[in-house]
Amino acid sequence: MKAQEIFDILKAQFGDALIETTISAAGGSASVGYAMQLWIHIAPDKTKEICFFLRDNSAMQFDYLSCLSGMDYNNGTFGVVYHLASIIHKHKIVLKTFCTKDNMHIQSVSAVWGTANWHEREAFDLYGIIFDEHPDLRRLLLPDDWEGHPLRKDYKVQEFYHGMKVPY
Amino acid sequence: MLQPPTLPTNYTVKQGHIKTSTGKTIRTEEMIINMGPQHPSTHGVLRLEIVVDGEIIVDCIPHIGYLHRCFEKHCEHMTNYQQVIPYADRMDYCSAMTNEWAFALATERMLKIEVPERVEYIRVIMAELQRIASHLIAVGTYGIDSGAFTPFLYTFIDREKILDLFEMTCGARLLYNYIWIGGLSHDLPPKFVEQAKDFVRYFRPRLKMLNDLLSYNEIFVKRTANVGVLPKDVAINYAVSGPQLRGSGVNWDLRRDDPYSIYHKLEWEPQVGKGEMGTVGDCWDRHIVRMHEMEQCLNIIEQAIAGLPEGNVQAAIPRRIRPEKDAEIYVRTESSRGELGFYIVSDGTASPFRVKARGPAFVNLSVLPEIAKGGMIADLVLIAGSIDIVLGEVDR
Amino acid sequence: MEFIQTLLANELVVSILLSLLPLVFIIAYALVVLYTEMKVAAHIQDRVAYMRTGWHGLLQPIADMLKLLQKEDIIPDKADRLLFRLAPIIAFVGTYAAYAVLPFSSIYIGSNINLGAFFLVAVGSLVVVGILMAGWASNNKWSLFGGVRSAAQMISYEIPTAIAIIIVVMITGSLNLQDVTKFQDGGIGNWVVFGGPLPWLQKLMLMPFTIITFFILFVSSIAEVNRTPFDLPEAESELVQGFNTEYSGMRFAMFYLSEYANLFTVSAVGVALFLGGWSSPFGTFMSGPVWGLFWFVAKAYVFVLVQIWVRWTVPRLRVDQLMYVSWKVLTPWLFVCLLSVGLILVL
Repeated sequence: MKAQEIFDILKAQFGDALIETTISAAGGSASVGYAMQLWIHIAPDKTKEICFFLRDNSAMQFDYLSCLSGMDYNNGTFGVVYHLASIIHKHKIVLKTFCTKDNMHIQSVSAVWGTANWHEREAFDLYGIIFDEHPDLRRLLLPDDWEGHPLRKDYKVQEFYHGMKVPY
Repeated sequence: MLQPPTLPTNYTVKQGHIKTSTGKTIRTEEMIINMGPQHPSTHGVLRLEIVVDGEIIVDCIPHIGYLHRCFEKHCEHMTNYQQVIPYADRMDYCSAMTNEWAFALATERMLKIEVPERVEYIRVIMAELQRIASHLIAVGTYGIDSGAFTPFLYTFIDREKILDLFEMTCGARLLYNYIWIGGLSHDLPPKFVEQAKDFVRYFRPRLKMLNDLLSYNEIFVKRTANVGVLPKDVAINYAVSGPQLRGSGVNWDLRRDDPYSIYHKLEWEPQVGKGEMGTVGDCWDRHIVRMHEMEQCLNIIEQAIAGLPEGNVQAAIPRRIRPEKDAEIYVRTESSRGELGFYIVSDGTASPFRVKARGPAFVNLSVLPEIAKGGMIADLVLIAGSIDIVLGEVDR
Repeated sequence: MEFIQTLLANELVVSILLSLLPLVFIIAYALVVLYTEMKVAAHIQDRVAYMRTGWHGLLQPIADMLKLLQKEDIIPDKADRLLFRLAPIIAFVGTYAAYAVLPFSSIYIGSNINLGAFFLVAVGSLVVVGILMAGWASNNKWSLFGGVRSAAQMISYEIPTAIAIIIVVMITGSLNLQDVTKFQDGGIGNWVVFGGPLPWLQKLMLMPFTIITFFILFVSSIAEVNRTPFDLPEAESELVQGFNTEYSGMRFAMFYLSEYANLFTVSAVGVALFLGGWSSPFGTFMSGPVWGLFWFVAKAYVFVLVQIWVRWTVPRLRVDQLMYVSWKVLTPWLFVCLLSVGLILVL
């Protein structure tokens, strides 16, 4: 299914939660027919509902969450990008949500796909995005008592960690 | 200083987590054991905190991050996209060619570069040779985990021949910096084709010998059959990929289902676990899928060598790599461990704005607590070995 | 033995000297078996082992011994000091005591008691105590696992061993190992594994059962010494050396030595009971007191080689599978053999 069709079905189902589809500047290589980069913008507090619908609807059946990436857009906006795929229908879609620095809450989708658990922990660890209703949100890659969220654009590394000098 | 937010504290192995007996004369308690970062069989610095009741595992909590090297942050400070290739090598250091290829593919698609046919064929040959080398490590160390010390030595003899081929081409045995954006760093040396054909001829009977020695050994089958069963729907829900997914009976291979390069021109079959010795999706299935995959790789290599065209491998390497502003792409390839994906976002400058590496070992490892529960500690070692993790990819 | 007694005319000194002879033998044998294991393992794995210390690595075992002797003796902080120090000694004592009843030759046996085989099984259990102590005293959860598993394993496998010995005793009529060996004197046809020196009809009927019994004795004795495929207590890939983890230097050497000495003991017991001990397979050719020693050591050494061969070929069994093999496979078969042998002997 094409992204525009998926967007139409979602719009019919959820109305306001969806905001737009946009074609990104990269069109993909024409010889392989690889045009994946249309993305759908969804609201941060409706992600779980929408993803449940995407997973369970028989026409779409997005049962495979390929990748969940945290983003820092360097203008006070953060976000999460979801790359979904379907093993049954062999189609793909991209979803994006955004949140601002003062309100870094996005609804977790770990109830929909088990793999989102670790991906969201990583996004929290490196960006500080808090995922509501996540069963176990704590740091994954960094030590539990690290200060700060390193992948943010304005991150300053801490001076000392347990008495060891960090920057060299 | 940034203040960390207050976390929900429903994790910690505290008093309530461990069950103690009530009403009996002798007090029994579950035990917490730490399979620490340094351990002979966790295949790297992985820490597993296991809650056991005797020998039965009640819960298993993996702690990762001991090998986190900030790959994604480094990429944002590179002066050039080509500079990322050596760093991408070091993510999954046992299977470096596939890492480089995934990143190069993502950038080429973003820039809409068409690489020459010869480059595609050579990339396929290198990736398949690398897949065999990586599976040989997986199989060899799996033997050691189960107590058979000898197959490890045999697989490493075969691996030496592959590393010789690599060294002949690009000078390096493990981390190559060979597949560049738009082409390759060196063309194949004159003796490569002959030596590769020799290797294929030499390796086929060795595969049969390895199967007889390890895979169909009665004790090995008893150890791995019906152990760590990963059901099909759990596998898909946890986005497991690669031999682990195919071992659970799902016929999904990105080289065929989301084709890139010239794989659609070659004849080969993805191997799927059938539950020959136990249940579909047990450790034995994953192991035998890897063994069969190595044979399919030999087929691919033969066909690719036979169809190798002439050309200049460095013709399409761009001098300046500057994608458009707000260009972004997510490309997924089939590396030795599963779906290796790169999500690259550009902001119009020469260095990437965001690179997210989706490592297959990271995702495959997250399913470990689910499938290890109810087994014994001896089983946990074999299950972790059958997932075939490389910590460089888990932690990046 | 009487000859040496007349030479020195002092009973105490004589008995001490004679009881130290197996110790000399163990040390010499340990060097040889270390070298053998290293080379056999290497050649099975398609590589060569040490080639530099001495010609083809012949001096390597001596280098290993010297290294272990001069290592620092580390005792973990919270370890139970008394038990920690006692454990390797008890394990070694258990192994060494078994050498008292091994019939090395027709003129030499450490202690010619009438309960030889029974004594062997009893004293072999001391090693279990030593290993349990080591596992507990190390204050390390992994060592504890190793110790507990080993205790369970060794106790389970003593039953097949004991029953196999009973079967031999039924055929030969004596628990005294020297008498058992004399019973089998006179050539390869007289060995118990081929039915013993009995009329040929009985022999033919006994032979399948004695061969099965010998095989089962061999398997359960591999389990008694904690070798692959039964080496779960010291499984390197899971337990980082198991009960051995916290031991270093001379204490580790004691455990190591006791393991290799045990290898020889169980092979020697199998040889003495089933394969004619010090008697020559050719009857009177190449037999005599000194030749007896040669045959005994050579036959036992062949089985040591087989154990080394099996170790480097086969993966290891899991704990519950180990127990399954002992209780549900070996023991029932042995009971079948026991009943059949008894019936055949009575008829």
